[in-house]
Amino acid sequence: MNGIHDLGGMTCFGPIVREENEPVFHAPWERRVFAMTILAMGAVDTLDAFRHAIERMDPLQYLTSTYYEHWLAALETLLVERGLATPEELATGSARLTEGTRTPISPDAIAEIVRRGVPADRPAAQGVPRFRPGDQVMARNLHPLGHTRLPRYVRGKRGMIVRVHGTFVYPDTNAHEGGERPQPVYSVRFSARELWGPTAAERDSVYLDLWEEYLDQA
Amino acid sequence: MSSEHGHVPHRGRPDPRTEQHLTPEQIQALEARVKALEAVLVAKGIVSPATLDELASIYEHDIGPMNGAKVVARAWVDPAYKQRLLTNATAAIAELGFGGLQGEHMVVVENTPTVHNVVVCTLCSCYPWPVLGLPPTWYKSAPYRSRVVIDPRGVLREFGLELPESVEVRVWDSSAELRYMVLPERPAGTEQLSEAELAALVTRDALIGVAKVNVKSDRA
Repeated sequence: MNGIHDLGGMTCFGPIVREENEPVFHAPWERRVFAMTILAMGAVDTLDAFRHAIERMDPLQYLTSTYYEHWLAALETLLVERGLATPEELATGSARLTEGTRTPISPDAIAEIVRRGVPADRPAAQGVPRFRPGDQVMARNLHPLGHTRLPRYVRGKRGMIVRVHGTFVYPDTNAHEGGERPQPVYSVRFSARELWGPTAAERDSVYLDLWEEYLDQA
Repeated sequence: MSSEHGHVPHRGRPDPRTEQHLTPEQIQALEARVKALEAVLVAKGIVSPATLDELASIYEHDIGPMNGAKVVARAWVDPAYKQRLLTNATAAIAELGFGGLQGEHMVVVENTPTVHNVVVCTLCSCYPWPVLGLPPTWYKSAPYRSRVVIDPRGVLREFGLELPESVEVRVWDSSAELRYMVLPERPAGTEQLSEAELAALVTRDALIGVAKVNVKSDRA
């Protein structure tokens, strides 16, 4: 969706505000939201669906709330949408135990979960990737209403394949009901002038990682 | 206020996007909401308070930019390791015992006298957790995410880094599941330093690409 989260290329947000000696978490509630989101993700949905839940926030809310408020809103949204909690339960903190409760992960297992991660690559399908390093491509001018990782600022722009990263789960379908649909992901170099016009520095560039379905031969 | 590299950062208007500007009422409401959510998730057996503590504690104590700094120092002293790091970063980083969540697929890009790399995620806030820890607020903020792709030199100037025209700037927008770390240039005059002493010079900001590594540098 063409949402407020797709910020690349905007110049209206003012200076970058930095904080000296910033703590990992600013408040106990942030620490809780971080850990709850990571641990509930397996029970709730995919990372792609989680990102899309943030993207679906009200744009005014998105811009005026903090990072972990985004996470909190997305986690609540997905819990309700997947039928794992009701708005009443979330408002009151009192769960109606209608279904069989789960057994939470043991604290001893956490370090291993962090170490293993959740790889998003998949075995390559039959046939070679469509593009090779050096190929000229154009990012498709797509405007899907659902989740996508094709930022607006590269749509319709010409770039060059610099690397084939492998085969990865496709977020545009994986965030919804379409399944993983694994396909090649490429590192694509766009010159700053192609993206931003003749005033950009001649040799500067932006590299994006783009799924095969985002690209056409140029 | 002091700041790294002696550069005084810009201070804009009060920013609703930073935690410090939440009102006491907003904080109270958030705390109640989060407490309710945790009670529900615990009652349903989806999480337990002990697992939440354990997970958060790992990111508070065990994982952070000191990991990425060790990777960089090893690459500076061991050319064969550096080669492996630049061709298969995930495996090379795993050699030092780092990897996992949000670093399953790593790419390391090398700064040289003629090429400067800087990392962003314009669509959300993707960041290489195993080597840098959780991202600072500015990295997640709208000003950085929006502007570094269109005006990287202006953004770097805000961080106190003025790059000559002759240096090529490459911005890496983490739009997929690849996670990026910058291999900064080894500063001159560090030939006598040990690997551990070199690692102590490497800052978080240098690993993102918004700073260089200096011989005398506060850790970010």
